[in-house]
Amino acid sequence: MTGKTRENYNENYLNYVKTQDPPTQHFKNCAAAFGVGGLICCIGQFIRYMLEFAGLSGDELAGATSIVLIFLGCFLTGLGVYDRIGRYAGAGSIVPITGFANSVTSPAIEFKTEGWIYGMAAKMFTVAGAIIVFGVFSGVLVGLVYFFL
Amino acid sequence: MNKKGNTVFFKNSPCVTSFAAVCGSKESAGIIGSYADITLQDDMYEESTYEKAECKMLTTAISLAIEKGGYSEGDIDLLLSGDLLNQIISASFAARDYNFPFLGVYSACSTMSESMLLGAMLVNAGYVKKAVAATGSHFASAERQYRYPLELGCTRPPQAQWTVTGAGGCVITDEKKGIKIVNGTMGKVCDFGVTDVNNMGAAMAPADAIIPPYCDFALCGGQSKTL
Repeated sequence: MTGKTRENYNENYLNYVKTQDPPTQHFKNCAAAFGVGGLICCIGQFIRYMLEFAGLSGDELAGATSIVLIFLGCFLTGLGVYDRIGRYAGAGSIVPITGFANSVTSPAIEFKTEGWIYGMAAKMFTVAGAIIVFGVFSGVLVGLVYFFL
Repeated sequence: MNKKGNTVFFKNSPCVTSFAAVCGSKESAGIIGSYADITLQDDMYEESTYEKAECKMLTTAISLAIEKGGYSEGDIDLLLSGDLLNQIISASFAARDYNFPFLGVYSACSTMSESMLLGAMLVNAGYVKKAVAATGSHFASAERQYRYPLELGCTRPPQAQWTVTGAGGCVITDEKKGIKIVNGTMGKVCDFGVTDVNNMGAAMAPADAIIPPYCDFALCGGQSKTL
């Protein structure tokens, strides 16, 4: 690490930048993510019990619970609340299904100004597109494995 | 000797005779807030989109700078301006409202200093008598251009920066009053391999830090970018 060659020069600088960065508070972030993520799951479970109480069962029950949670995610995104939760909770609000709803709704809101078709509809999946592509792809792979087993 | 290294010296001393700034509410809360001529009460600036708001801020800053110097639109020979959006669209749309020529500049965060450097060069050389250098940016439009939608629930790392909501403009003239521009340094592109889009400061610092020792103050028209 003499700092004389181009590679070392960059490496030295990046190491220096790393020492100057304010540290990420991993424990605090994990605790916030755990708390908020757990709370979202509890809300989901509560919705599930209520729907079961209303007479749903099996796949219908699972589907209806997801639908309600997705609606809540979209609704809170529209109200401008979800990004504030996300800023505090991090992965706690990104990983649950509500986070996926947020990643579709937020570009839809953002690009609405560019028109309904070329803006909102076309750019709705700029964030979630990657998740869908790799989700479907890994689904196919797992399906093939199951097919041959 | 008009040039030493990458620094040019202006013999005819072009002067910044008037200037104006418009800023958002977050910016006005800081230490530079008291220097702004206009503070936005709402981030949309009574427009329908953030891009239009950015354009309106820029137009306001340019008009105010011209007005504060006691000039009229007819006195200005040239507008040098740019912004952060694709096809420097805010600056181009702002220039649409004026009758003087426009030269677009794109230099990311150093757009203002590059505009001033070019303006000073042109005034010093005598090609124009009065040039306006201006730039503007908007947090919301920059976020959309470079990062994620505003409503996306993602976290910002502690070293993340905010793009300024604001616009500024100044009139550079051959009149001998105001702030004299003595020299300016043309910057080089420095890429130190920073790839973190949230850490723009680290990406830009190398370019801004290399100021030659014989300058009290440098107008660095260079940029470094996160690639």
